[in-house]
Amino acid sequence: MSSEQSGGSRSLSDPETWVEQHGDYLFRCALLRLRDARTAEDLVQETFLAALQARSRFAGRSSERTWLVGILKHKIMDHFRDVSREQPGSGFDEAEAQGGEWFDQAGHWNVETAGPREWAEDPSRLLEQRQFWDALQGCLGELPPRMAAAFSLREIDELESKEVCAALKISPANLWVLLHRARTKLRHCIEARLFRPRTS
Amino acid sequence: MLHRLIGWIARHLPSCEQVTQRVSESLDRDLSLGERLAVRFHVLMCVFCARYERQLRLIRAALRGRRDRLEAGDAAQAPALSPEARARIQRSLRDGDR
Repeated sequence: MSSEQSGGSRSLSDPETWVEQHGDYLFRCALLRLRDARTAEDLVQETFLAALQARSRFAGRSSERTWLVGILKHKIMDHFRDVSREQPGSGFDEAEAQGGEWFDQAGHWNVETAGPREWAEDPSRLLEQRQFWDALQGCLGELPPRMAAAFSLREIDELESKEVCAALKISPANLWVLLHRARTKLRHCIEARLFRPRTS
Repeated sequence: MLHRLIGWIARHLPSCEQVTQRVSESLDRDLSLGERLAVRFHVLMCVFCARYERQLRLIRAALRGRRDRLEAGDAAQAPALSPEARARIQRSLRDGDR
């Protein structure tokens, strides 16, 4: 049972109940940041195991869930670092360099194939549509790993550019190119799904 | 003379490709005044780059909104662990407690 005294006298609940209490929440936190469900499940599992090992060190200054989320975020960061280590130190690998032919030689939009279309009269209504969210999640899943990591750290965890650079060991210039490509790919992919939905 | 001036201006104004790069960077760092003006001026005249900017901001807002709702405990639109994953994780936690 928890006490409300400051200075941390909360104790952890029985680990037997952790999955039931926190499993889905941690999974959703992970899925928001990672590209696929399997990776999210694995990191949630690692989080619980790490928490189990560390439970005697829980000081009770935060809630149990906040503590677990903190561990999860560390695990996710480690995962992003691992993924980044597999990439060329400077420059980009094939998957990152490849993109649609968005622009012609002069830097103008290739309007027929890549020029941005109007998505909706009322963009806020778009956010209420299942189709939009499915497109967004699906398209995030198609980003190459390091690009997805950079995007997640910037957009979801709102780390500053220099923190993302330090985590992934890339230069600011390379980070900004990576993010530009991520956003352009994502935008294009979402639009393709919105206007030519796949049959399931 | 005028056409030379226009030519010069056209060669020095950023292309759509360059503008989209700046638009993306504006989400990550402060642009200089010159960069901001060039982007604003271009976006006023280019419907595609205008849409690009709006849509990038929409995607950012959507993701952060979903994150905020998730952290506020709104489970309504959210996935859950599959029963199989749940069982696997529960098992590993029990095994880990030996």
